[in-house]
Amino acid sequence: MISDDYLKYPKRRRGMDHERYDWSILPRREPIKWPGGARLALWVTVSLQWFPLDMKGQPFKPLGALQTAYPDLRHYTLRDYGNRVGIFRVIKALERHGIRASAPTNAAVAVRYPSLLEDLTSLNWEIVAHGLDMDHLHYEGMADERSLVTKSLEKLPKVRGWLSPAKSESKQTLDLLAEAGIEYVCDWVNDDMPYEMRAGGRTLWAMPHSGDIDDAQIMIGNRHNEDEWRDQMIDQFELLYDESTVQGGRMMSLSLHPWVIGQPYRIGSLEEVLSRIMRQPGVWPATGAEILDAFKAQRTAQGTSRA
Amino acid sequence: MKRDPGLYDYLPYGKRPRIEWPNGARVAFWVAPNIEFYELEPPKNPSRTSWARPVPDVLNYAYRDYGNRAGFWRMAEAMDRCGMRGSVSLNVAVCDHHPEVIEACVKRGWELYSHGTYNTRYTFNMSEEQERALIQDSIDTIRKHSGQKLDGWLAPALTYTDRTLDLVAEMGLTYVCDLFHDDQPGPVKVRTGRLVSIPYSLEMNDAISLSVNLVTPRHYGEIIKRQFDRLYAEGAESGTVMCIPLHPYLIGQPYRLKAFEEALGYITGHDKVWLATGREIAKHFADNYYDAFARASQPVHDL
Repeated sequence: MISDDYLKYPKRRRGMDHERYDWSILPRREPIKWPGGARLALWVTVSLQWFPLDMKGQPFKPLGALQTAYPDLRHYTLRDYGNRVGIFRVIKALERHGIRASAPTNAAVAVRYPSLLEDLTSLNWEIVAHGLDMDHLHYEGMADERSLVTKSLEKLPKVRGWLSPAKSESKQTLDLLAEAGIEYVCDWVNDDMPYEMRAGGRTLWAMPHSGDIDDAQIMIGNRHNEDEWRDQMIDQFELLYDESTVQGGRMMSLSLHPWVIGQPYRIGSLEEVLSRIMRQPGVWPATGAEILDAFKAQRTAQGTSRA
Repeated sequence: MKRDPGLYDYLPYGKRPRIEWPNGARVAFWVAPNIEFYELEPPKNPSRTSWARPVPDVLNYAYRDYGNRAGFWRMAEAMDRCGMRGSVSLNVAVCDHHPEVIEACVKRGWELYSHGTYNTRYTFNMSEEQERALIQDSIDTIRKHSGQKLDGWLAPALTYTDRTLDLVAEMGLTYVCDLFHDDQPGPVKVRTGRLVSIPYSLEMNDAISLSVNLVTPRHYGEIIKRQFDRLYAEGAESGTVMCIPLHPYLIGQPYRLKAFEEALGYITGHDKVWLATGREIAKHFADNYYDAFARASQPVHDL
């Protein structure tokens, strides 16, 4: 039997059941105009991750985690492949279209492979914080989260954005990030456009970094092949691009992991996706920070701070 | 615990009274969007945890929230373009949280039926009194926000007690979507009243197809068409039912919608399809075939 409290609903009210953000209907917002009259802002993110060999997987194993008994050389190296080889194929594919990406980067990658970070900086990519490594998740009840945030940030150049490893947060994560000077966070998958959150006594922006439109989720999680991944990217693009004719500027998140898409047999699918998207007029490839700046300038001009 | 739910007798397919749908339709087709609210920090039920990850599971919470903020609106417009009404499987707390969503459904002439209060409040372990209160909440909330009488039930997150369907029937509902044993409606054996089971397919459900079976969006469109083609052909012998249960947070994703809309348009473009709601199908069956099906059924004896 359960207590009668189970049928009481103290947060049954208009809006959300928490205070982090307001209820808002996507198609009823003021249309956004991107720079140059673009219809769609293309936000490519390339996550640079390191999965330690002694992975504990607490409180859960993220997608891509090591799997066998110690030492799981097989998965360790297959993930590290992305940082040694895959990333350079991705860079080449993006450069062909003049696309600069945002790179969510584990602090461990920055420390271990400083030349990679220099390469990305010289390409004018945006570095986004991505926690310490793929075995340091943020979760409720964890010890000393504040120092984990500090440690993750101090190994990187100054960043504006944060993507939690595995998009996992504790109840305090957003407050700690805001206090540490982070301006936008990529963990929440409830919208197709940026929106404002309340954290640490100020505004933190949620950027629509997809959980679905993600090479690892689709090809590793869902086990779809690279052609099926390509089709889903193109279908995503076409719908958002069409929607922009009636609803104003849209943005598309294209989330990549070099250890997935950087394999020789898969990289061609990325090239096909990029060719398909970039041959359309009105596509503005930009970093997360650039998209957010354009979005905020519009919102200010419209005089509506809360969408 | 029982070995058999005791909810229906055996009635082999093809050896039943012939079902005729209105206007000579072969298939009664309905679409059931599950409009849901999942709580960020739900209370614990001893029989089921709410979230795959520790609370707050921001990834999975936000994924579901996408349905109400973005996905619903796209899905509803796609259904409009295909001339298809929805029969909403509703977590009734959405009436309080997001009244705009409810207004958009009512304005379209969609039916609202109940999928419990929240999708994070499970029926497991409820007393009879508690379960009655849960059902009454749905009756009252749907009446208040839409003026509609509550006719249908799909248990919240498919969680039950042994009494669920008895109570639903006693409290005046006319149909349930919780039984997956058939492609035609059938009588449900309850303590009192008349309750119809109408087919609500888990196979066609986007949550099962996309998130459990991990089919691609384009293939999901394909299997919807295959399912329909077969039920349409068989419906020439005796009327069948096809349901597509949807979740706006899944089907309303940009990369999934187009293939679905194409499949939906394929179905609604056929002549001999009755584009119905759950309530309409249940009533047509109850008025015309309930007794004949009950009489034709073969009692089942356990070992």
